[in-house]
Amino acid sequence: MSALKSITGATLAKDIRLEWRSRDAINSMLFFSLLVVVIFSFSFDPNAEESREIAAGLIWVAFLFAAVVALNQTWARELRNQVLDAYRVSPAPASSLFLAKALGNFSLVSLLEAVMAPLFMIFYNLRALGPAWQLIPVAVLGTWALVVNGTFFAAMSLRTRSREIMLPLLLFPISIPAVQSMVEATRVLLAGDGSARFWLVLLLTYDVVFTTACLALFETVLQAE
Amino acid sequence: MKKALLVFAVPAAVLTALLLAYAFYQAMWVAPMERTMGEVQRIFYYHVPSAWTAFLLFFVNLVASVTYLIRRNTRADAVALVSAEVGVVFCTVVLVTGPIWARPVWGIWWTWDIRLTTTLVLWLIYVSYLMLRRFSDGAQTPKLAAVLAIFGALDVPLVYFSIWFFRTQHPQPVIGGGGSIDPRMLHVLLINWLAFSCLALLVGWSRYRLEIMQRDLEEELALESLLGDGGLPPASAGASSRTGSLLNRTSSRMGPG
Amino acid sequence: MAVALIAVNGLIKQFGRFAALRGVTAEFAGGRFYAILGDNGAGKTTLLRALAGLAQPTRGTISILGKTARAACRDVGYMAHPSLLYDEMSGLENLRYFARLYDIAGDGRCEEAIRSVGLEPDLARPVGQYSQGMRQRMSLARAILHDPKILLLDEPFSNVDVHSARVIVGLLKAMRDSGKTIFLVTHQAALLEGVADEFVWMQDGQIVDRGAGLSRE
Repeated sequence: MSALKSITGATLAKDIRLEWRSRDAINSMLFFSLLVVVIFSFSFDPNAEESREIAAGLIWVAFLFAAVVALNQTWARELRNQVLDAYRVSPAPASSLFLAKALGNFSLVSLLEAVMAPLFMIFYNLRALGPAWQLIPVAVLGTWALVVNGTFFAAMSLRTRSREIMLPLLLFPISIPAVQSMVEATRVLLAGDGSARFWLVLLLTYDVVFTTACLALFETVLQAE
Repeated sequence: MKKALLVFAVPAAVLTALLLAYAFYQAMWVAPMERTMGEVQRIFYYHVPSAWTAFLLFFVNLVASVTYLIRRNTRADAVALVSAEVGVVFCTVVLVTGPIWARPVWGIWWTWDIRLTTTLVLWLIYVSYLMLRRFSDGAQTPKLAAVLAIFGALDVPLVYFSIWFFRTQHPQPVIGGGGSIDPRMLHVLLINWLAFSCLALLVGWSRYRLEIMQRDLEEELALESLLGDGGLPPASAGASSRTGSLLNRTSSRMGPG
Repeated sequence: MAVALIAVNGLIKQFGRFAALRGVTAEFAGGRFYAILGDNGAGKTTLLRALAGLAQPTRGTISILGKTARAACRDVGYMAHPSLLYDEMSGLENLRYFARLYDIAGDGRCEEAIRSVGLEPDLARPVGQYSQGMRQRMSLARAILHDPKILLLDEPFSNVDVHSARVIVGLLKAMRDSGKTIFLVTHQAALLEGVADEFVWMQDGQIVDRGAGLSRE
């Protein structure tokens, strides 16, 4: 278990260091996130009452786009110079690598969300009429739901042609219950009508089920030639 | 072997055709007309059995996928592929007949009815499954596809609950109505399901035979390339006994490790 | 002298219709330096990858120290034409990371490995800016980091300058002398004359000749 944590920690630290060194990738993703918010604001008039009602959906769709962009480059550095082979011949467990990548993606996507959410709140004049603190577990659980499966499917896509379109193609159908939960929970909390509890429980269940599945099955995907 | 196929396949096809014709007759003429919806309701006898057949096929896909992951049996993988393909076809029928039914009766094309929506998500998952199979190359396709099938299966109950709760918050018309069903209608429904299952079995079986034949052909070509110009050296005793048995094999085949 | 035994029996590897290995059966003793030669497409790389556990045999078995290729991973070091290193990190940073994968703590081992290939541990330049020769040497350092009994090298000399090639050969010779087993795939057989204990010739997915001398009849 400690070996798992140690290798996961080392891999995560390495990825963060590498990400920090070539900040181009993050900068372009941040700018992309900003663009998405602006485009949405032009497409869905922020002043209209209806727009404020669907704001929860808009926000999460925007997050989803940003997440896909981030997820698609999960394994980019490992593909160059066939670094994945070095991992595969080592005794390190595949699940450590997966966890590190998923946590790295989680940090990256959370960063993008931290940029986009305030912009949405500003452009759309959003206020949480329900218990606002609950937005945090919604964001955390929802982001993890997208990232855990996204990291897994990004690895699966490595073995396919058209790898960048394959990722959203696989991710979106499986994510439907999670997306519905995130959006509904956010909507309820913004509008202040009803409890987000069911959605939070469903999101938690989704996260537990798929995190387990990903950790259990990643070895199979990694070692597939 | 070919003869056995003809002996089995032709009567099976004829029987299925007869069953489908009988089921059609039952659905269109014998079944009583629905009180509120009129004749259009008869599409129900296509909509519902298609759904049951599709779900059954997807379940077969799950079992075959898990079997493949555990045993690495290529026949299990072929069953998985076939059941997914035929399942998607029947699933498409459900999604097309749903709106056709809904429009004249309820005035809307679509409703986030729990059954219809779950079917839609299942359809999306399995189309993505088929795309994964198409886009990935060679040896790892069965493994990756099997993993995706498991993910899909884990997803389905979550989809169901998610939509169920959503519906309690946002009530909408239910296609197909709830409540009890006239026993005469149930009878016709079951006949149609039997007919559709036979059709699924027939089509699935043909597709399976085709897939197995294609794979056997690939094996033959690979074996030819293996034996190639010089043949295998006699020193490799282990290999030659295995390939010897391969050359002598009939239609029964052990999958590679 | 350590006895590291590798046994390959009836090894067949197929990629769809193409058979890269067509029934390879051989035994390799420990503490020897094997040079694997042959034309392109002979199956040399596939054989090495199968020994490394990166390619699953279609049929046949591989036994390394009595274990399967994957189970023996701690005793095997692998190096190929791609560097298997992160271009954006320095050599030491790369090795530090890979050391963690093998439960090796501290920088000592890493610095030792880098020095043994004739490079400076302090070099802060990212690996992506190395010359090919330096990169291959750093890749070798990564491969020997965990002190494996068996070393698999796939074309380590391609596009490498003469000096780096000599350094690598010298190091490999020393490793063989200390009891390690070395498998080296190369087109440049001349570099290994007088160094390799045995030359293994492959053609069309099979081993066709083995001998101590470089010339074949």
